[in-house]
Amino acid sequence: MKIHEYQAKQILRDNGVAVPEGGPAFTPDEAESVARRIGGERFIVKAQIHAGGRGKGGGVKLAGSPEEVRRLAGDMLNMTLVTHQTGPEGRTVRRLLVEQGIDIGREMYVGIVLDRESAADVFMVSTEGGVEIEKVAAETPERIFKQTIDPAVGLRPFQIKRMAYALGLDGGQVKEASKFLAGLYRAYRQTDASLAEINPLVVTGDGRILALDAKINFDDNALFRHKDIVELRDLDEEEAAEIEASEYELNYIKLSGNVGCMVNGAGLAMSTMDIIKLAGGEPANFLDVGGGASAEAVKAGFRIIVGDPNVKAVLINIFGGIVRCDRVAQGVIDALGDLQVRVPVVVRLAGTNADKAAQMLRESPLDFIVADDFRDGAVKVVKAVGN
Amino acid sequence: MSILVNEQTRVAVQGITGGEGTFHTEAMLAYGTKVVGGVTPGKGGTRHLGLPVFNTLAQAVEEEGADTTVVFVPPPFAADAIMEAAEAGIKLVVCITEGIPTRDMVEVYQYLKSRPTRLVGPNCPGVISPGKSKVGIMPGDIHIPGPVGVISRSGTLTYEAVGQLTGLGLGQSTCIGIGGDPIVGSSFIDLLELFEADPDTGAVVIIGEIGGSAEENAAEFISERFSKPVVAFIAGRTAPPGRRMGHAGAIIAGGKGTAAEKIAALKEVGVFVAESPAEIGATTKRALEET
Repeated sequence: MKIHEYQAKQILRDNGVAVPEGGPAFTPDEAESVARRIGGERFIVKAQIHAGGRGKGGGVKLAGSPEEVRRLAGDMLNMTLVTHQTGPEGRTVRRLLVEQGIDIGREMYVGIVLDRESAADVFMVSTEGGVEIEKVAAETPERIFKQTIDPAVGLRPFQIKRMAYALGLDGGQVKEASKFLAGLYRAYRQTDASLAEINPLVVTGDGRILALDAKINFDDNALFRHKDIVELRDLDEEEAAEIEASEYELNYIKLSGNVGCMVNGAGLAMSTMDIIKLAGGEPANFLDVGGGASAEAVKAGFRIIVGDPNVKAVLINIFGGIVRCDRVAQGVIDALGDLQVRVPVVVRLAGTNADKAAQMLRESPLDFIVADDFRDGAVKVVKAVGN
Repeated sequence: MSILVNEQTRVAVQGITGGEGTFHTEAMLAYGTKVVGGVTPGKGGTRHLGLPVFNTLAQAVEEEGADTTVVFVPPPFAADAIMEAAEAGIKLVVCITEGIPTRDMVEVYQYLKSRPTRLVGPNCPGVISPGKSKVGIMPGDIHIPGPVGVISRSGTLTYEAVGQLTGLGLGQSTCIGIGGDPIVGSSFIDLLELFEADPDTGAVVIIGEIGGSAEENAAEFISERFSKPVVAFIAGRTAPPGRRMGHAGAIIAGGKGTAAEKIAALKEVGVFVAESPAEIGATTKRALEET
């Protein structure tokens, strides 16, 4: 799960990590009052969307007074912000973060992720801040210092010092950075985060250390024990169809092609997308209806797939193992009967009771294209799109 | 022969009285798996499906000689169940449970490091040695005994691959689903090592997917220490970066873990890579004929 920058900064603040003074605003009035509360002569107004590259897209603006903050907030709220991460359709800005302007001395980077191979958390710090860390990793990997944290003992003081020195800090800054890094790790651990990234981490003109930006992602599997974090979810930032899918415990991801697909199991769903592409088509989505593929799941999945206006044909690929194919076939027949699907539907059912299922589909008054195997299904659905 | 499980394997089911536990215990018994009992705290002393139920796993080991467990315990309690099995001296723990927090698995991984217990999974279909023992949720009847070992990060895609193998008359020695999570108990390498030593396995199929570097590590191992032919398929060539494709572990993050990188690494070391998921069986047949 993702959250907004202002929410991430609040979590950091709660853990003793230094962040600029500021607060969220949903209206120009609120933006002005946040500016008045924090005071000073320079302010930053930042659009809050779940995508990076906001500055270049016009989503971060400087202001010299609370009145100007109000005016900028009026311009930015409800604007469509397009960045390299939003896709061409962009995102509507509904929330802002108003902060004090910071005099930046130097920009650095710090991130924490899980290293899958060692099954341990790893810090990455770099003197190269403000740019994408992937770019630094590709071009100047020697400028990234990695510190693995042994899960048995946690983050040690000497490791914090090594990172602070690797960031080129000295004197009192090392102590300040120690507090910062320890707090960041505490926030990451306590929230079951899958990623915590501060980019840039800055040294201010007067020598303080601050998180100028903040990004925290969470492990979806651990949300059951973090009710407070679940409350931070912003449904406006998610595809409506993906929200509906999650209500039925379906796993749906919208893509840009025109061949809808419904599959049981994530690996099989991914390879169904692959085989559609190999057959010359473009998948419109990833959809895993679960290993069981119950009748309700099949029906909800169908409604979501054909709700995408790009979809010109649908491939159903179910490998019945535990679930019997004749029951899946019945679910498909019922769903299509109820939903009045107007695009061609290709069905490939394999495994337990597949023959009986194929016969049911052939005998149904509805119009199915029955595929004999995996490849045949892909070829037939791509052909159906062409017609 | 086979690896991990065979007709001697004595299985205890953790979470035997739950819905999933009940359904799959029945299916395992029907397949001929030697299920010796189960554990559900609070229901010790009762019987379920004709099997003894215990409060703790240590009792199941003591009284029934269980040496393997299969875990159907819900996600919040699954990590604890795995550790309980390890402490009771279980050799092999097969964890089916999907949705265990990563942080919990970090702890499990640490705990198992200094213990002889092997974990398969979590979030996996389990292990089957066709005709001998099924410890998991896969459909038994699509498998036939034979010389091909299968190791996979997926569930139904594994069934698809096994279905293709069986359709071509290529039986399997043992099929293992290692799971789709970021941290899993057994890697491709751990199991390739066992297949290398198994005289009845003539070739191995590995089914990978995007995310992490398990397939690249396997490629390195294959080039240095694996002598038998290997066939591979990698799911997710068309997956967009930054999106979790169902499995918690199937995500292209920071430009790393793409299917293209994995396929290149495997081809480099002479692995037969099936370009299409419909060609896993045919590619295996070719690999066995050409080597």
